[in-house]
Amino acid sequence: MDVILNQLFAGLSMASILLIIALGLAIIYGAMGVINLAHGEFVMLGAYAAWAMQTHAGFSIIVALPFVFVAVGAVGWIIERVIVQRLYHRPLDTILATWGIGIVLQQLVRLSVGAESRFVKGPEMLSGNTQIGGLFMSNYRIFLIAFSLAVLMATWALLTRTEFGMKLRAVIQNRQISECYGIEAKHVYSITFAYGAGLAGIAGALITPLFSTVPTMGTGLVVDAFLVVIVGGLGSLIGTAAASALIGEATALFSLLMNDTLGRIAVLAGIIVLIRFRPRGLFPSNTGR
Amino acid sequence: MKRRKFLGGIGAVGTASALSAPALLSTLSRASAQGSDIPVGLLFSLTGSVAVVESTLHDAALMAIEEINAAGGVHGRQLRPIIEDPASDPATYADRSRRLMIRDKCVSVFGSYTSASRQAVLPVTEQRKNLYWYPTLYEGRECSRNVMYGGAVPNQQQDELIPWAIENFGPRFYMIGNNYVYPKEENNYCKTLLAKHGGEVVHEEYVPLGHSDFSSVINRIRAEEPDVIFGTVVGDSDVAFARQYHAAELDPAKMPTISLTRSEVEVKAIGGEAAAGHLSSAPYFMGTQTPENERFVESYKSRYGGDQVTHFVSEAAYFQVYQFKAALEKLDPANITPEAIRDAAVGLTMAAPQGEVLIDENLHTHLWPKIGQWQSNGQAEVVLQSQERVAPLPYAAYEGQRCTGQGLVQG
Repeated sequence: MDVILNQLFAGLSMASILLIIALGLAIIYGAMGVINLAHGEFVMLGAYAAWAMQTHAGFSIIVALPFVFVAVGAVGWIIERVIVQRLYHRPLDTILATWGIGIVLQQLVRLSVGAESRFVKGPEMLSGNTQIGGLFMSNYRIFLIAFSLAVLMATWALLTRTEFGMKLRAVIQNRQISECYGIEAKHVYSITFAYGAGLAGIAGALITPLFSTVPTMGTGLVVDAFLVVIVGGLGSLIGTAAASALIGEATALFSLLMNDTLGRIAVLAGIIVLIRFRPRGLFPSNTGR
Repeated sequence: MKRRKFLGGIGAVGTASALSAPALLSTLSRASAQGSDIPVGLLFSLTGSVAVVESTLHDAALMAIEEINAAGGVHGRQLRPIIEDPASDPATYADRSRRLMIRDKCVSVFGSYTSASRQAVLPVTEQRKNLYWYPTLYEGRECSRNVMYGGAVPNQQQDELIPWAIENFGPRFYMIGNNYVYPKEENNYCKTLLAKHGGEVVHEEYVPLGHSDFSSVINRIRAEEPDVIFGTVVGDSDVAFARQYHAAELDPAKMPTISLTRSEVEVKAIGGEAAAGHLSSAPYFMGTQTPENERFVESYKSRYGGDQVTHFVSEAAYFQVYQFKAALEKLDPANITPEAIRDAAVGLTMAAPQGEVLIDENLHTHLWPKIGQWQSNGQAEVVLQSQERVAPLPYAAYEGQRCTGQGLVQG
């Protein structure tokens, strides 16, 4: 019984990491339709920003989070302005362009910071475990679960409770008509892209105490992020959250029944079957696209 | 990751086949050094996923070459390093090694970290009758007459380790490794030793290369309560594993990870605090106390920066260049060919940073196994030092097969 409880918590923890990584992509890909293959590199930039702030300014990663958000968001904003904005009517070319951006970012970090794995210290106050009976929960992982839910709520509020969110939803539904009503679609897209990139940056900063910080860390993560968004359904935040939970728990349970390698295969096979029957994901949104 | 590798692979296959055609036409001109200097190839990835480790091997080998040149070279001739970057892609290794051995007429090539890249170069070096110096520990079960193996094989890493670990921690082993040939062969050999010394395997599992979330594994370890975690997890996966193990507050004094792959490089990324108390088995640690090592570490740091570390593979990358030099010195300067170098190298002893090493007639190296316990400052304290130099037996796990001076012998 304890084994199953522990494994359920492990699944929840994996789900929270997936959610926080995929949320930025859910905005960029889900809302704007840009297949952003550089998403993993935004995560990586966030990790390195956290590392830089810890090494050079002595910030704990929690303190560094707002700065990381702004810094990576700014990078995203520049990239949107300079490259992605010119390609909205050529969706296939954005794949190539963002892939190229990803490689450039990766190599820039490699050249400037170095290829070796960097050490980022986790926050002191979140070290240790909380134990309930036979259930062991790492405090940092509990924090990640809570934080990812908070970011989800904040994003949901931004989209539904603010004027900016209303404009964004209008642009998503029909860009031309929104522009007729005086919404500056270009501007809205830039901010949205920057917000998505900033979220990816936060994700990168938050996973540094658990993962290895290297220039190539984003390449594996972007695959996970796309899986979550596709399973969840384009443009649906609820879908993203549900898909993260589903994939995290499924990975944990398959890994309990078999092992991590076979578990991963089983999850991917399950996703293929799911997409066969629900090609638009679990919670498809009813936008015009 | 897959996507990039795939596309990179296409490019590399394209160039490889383009270059192999002229290679077939020029088999008559074998590499031999006759000019004023001696060309040697350096084939370490400076870009791509393996670059993290291989760039340090490149640095160590290049440092040795430049030290030799500064001291006057060999027979008054300078070594001329020719540097190629195979970009972490096995097909590119084959292509670039061909280029080094044919176009540049290198009499030896130093290179590789992974087994995949060594195996990509193997047919090239055998066909060209050249010499490939491979500094990495590996899984054994190979017996080429054209590769000089400078790292440990399973018997050198495990023969002393396993009985010692059973005695000090207990007989129940939990095996965790990445899913490829090296961990499987090491575990295979470990099981024969466990059977001999009364140990048992409580669980054996392999995670994909690059795997980064170990919460399931840690839950299983918590449930099984083994005495020893026998680790063959590599690179970033090992960093993630060690950090998550520490975050889960499992106690290394009760359940230490004994790793065959964790070196100073990984520990630097793991952080001393999380690595402290765990152990590694290797012939060399940065803190090894020999005059040769002091010199090696000091010149490495002054050259590449005070925060740099040396480790058990970069040490071999360094001393192999000196073995190469010592072999050259035994030869007639007019007749330097890869095969003559190989024959001169067999039986050669040399004071390496780890202690005096010897090249066996099977072209593997006699080494000094050590067990190190990691400290919070990121260095290992040697807790067990082998009393004698251990001979390499690349087929130790396979009864009836031996690697000898004549190649692989059955029975």
